[in-house]
Amino acid sequence: MNMSIWIIPLMIGFILAYGTWKRVPTYETFVEGGKEGLSIAVSIVPYLVGMMVAISVFRASGAMAFLSSLLKVPLEAIGVPTEIVPLALVRPISGTGALAMTTDIISTYGPDSFIGRLASTMQGSTDTTLYVITVYFGAIGIKRMGNALKVGLLADLVGIAAAILFVTIVFG
Amino acid sequence: MVNLIWAGLFLIGILYALINGTMEDVNKAIFTGAEEAVAVCIGLLSVLIFWLGLMRIAQKSGLLDLLGKGFKPIARKLFPEVPPDHPAMGYILSNMMANMFGLGNAATPMGIKAMEELKKLNDMKDNATRSMVTLLALNTSSLTLIPTTVIAIRMKYGSVSPTEIIGTTIAATACSTIGAILIDRFFYRRSKGGGST
Repeated sequence: MNMSIWIIPLMIGFILAYGTWKRVPTYETFVEGGKEGLSIAVSIVPYLVGMMVAISVFRASGAMAFLSSLLKVPLEAIGVPTEIVPLALVRPISGTGALAMTTDIISTYGPDSFIGRLASTMQGSTDTTLYVITVYFGAIGIKRMGNALKVGLLADLVGIAAAILFVTIVFG
Repeated sequence: MVNLIWAGLFLIGILYALINGTMEDVNKAIFTGAEEAVAVCIGLLSVLIFWLGLMRIAQKSGLLDLLGKGFKPIARKLFPEVPPDHPAMGYILSNMMANMFGLGNAATPMGIKAMEELKKLNDMKDNATRSMVTLLALNTSSLTLIPTTVIAIRMKYGSVSPTEIIGTTIAATACSTIGAILIDRFFYRRSKGGGST
């Protein structure tokens, strides 16, 4: 029995029931928020085109396979599938880059493959550390950022390890 | 950094194709890659529009604020230097809630507001305080409950169960968030012990 299929319908039901009870104009509010979703989706098109072409070129040339073959032995010794390495490296640096790589992995290996599930979990479970630090500290003019970068990157490492662990346990 | 990686992928790819004799595949990849990227964005449209629309209802009805109140005791423990009734606390809670429900774009302005208030608490100095690092750590580990974008991509590529990764995502997120908090504490204690603030 898969619990996951219950989460989204129950949440939708609850949000709509609560909104109606609080007399929120639900449909109009939905449309208003949906417009924001539209502009987000449109604004990421150039990011994705740029990054996905770069990854396609890198892969089609055979360079990706070469890099993977170099890293294969040491990484598999600690239980990391090589196909996931490019994603793990890009995730803390570029959000749209990671999104493009996740998409690439899912389209190549299939969403329901082990690698596909691992990429999905990894993409969803950490955020782009460098982006977050740049935006938040940039906005308020912090120059000495203390341990922020170290903490963020180490937390990413924990997240990646946890993703591999849980996906192996649940779907392995 | 992103610029270097991006250009590097192209340059290494083209150079490698030159040596490897795979230039024809590279040519094809340029066009299929671009086409695929646009197709993915169209696939994302449906889910982003639906989810952000729904979340706007949750926000307007006060549901997110209500949930935020439940997290106040946790937030107090995480941010001991912030007075509980200071405006910074309110922004921190809104930021946490927006993140949890996948409202990244709503979370960012709240997070920046919270940072501004934290800077006021630090007499407007330009160094990062412990609370700022904690807030940052919470945001970089991303406490997402529903990874909307990933679900949309899985749907587009014909997954039998696009949502099956919610469980593992929440578990991994919980680990990275708890990890972030513990690492943050560790560095803070160590620097305090060393006397170098």
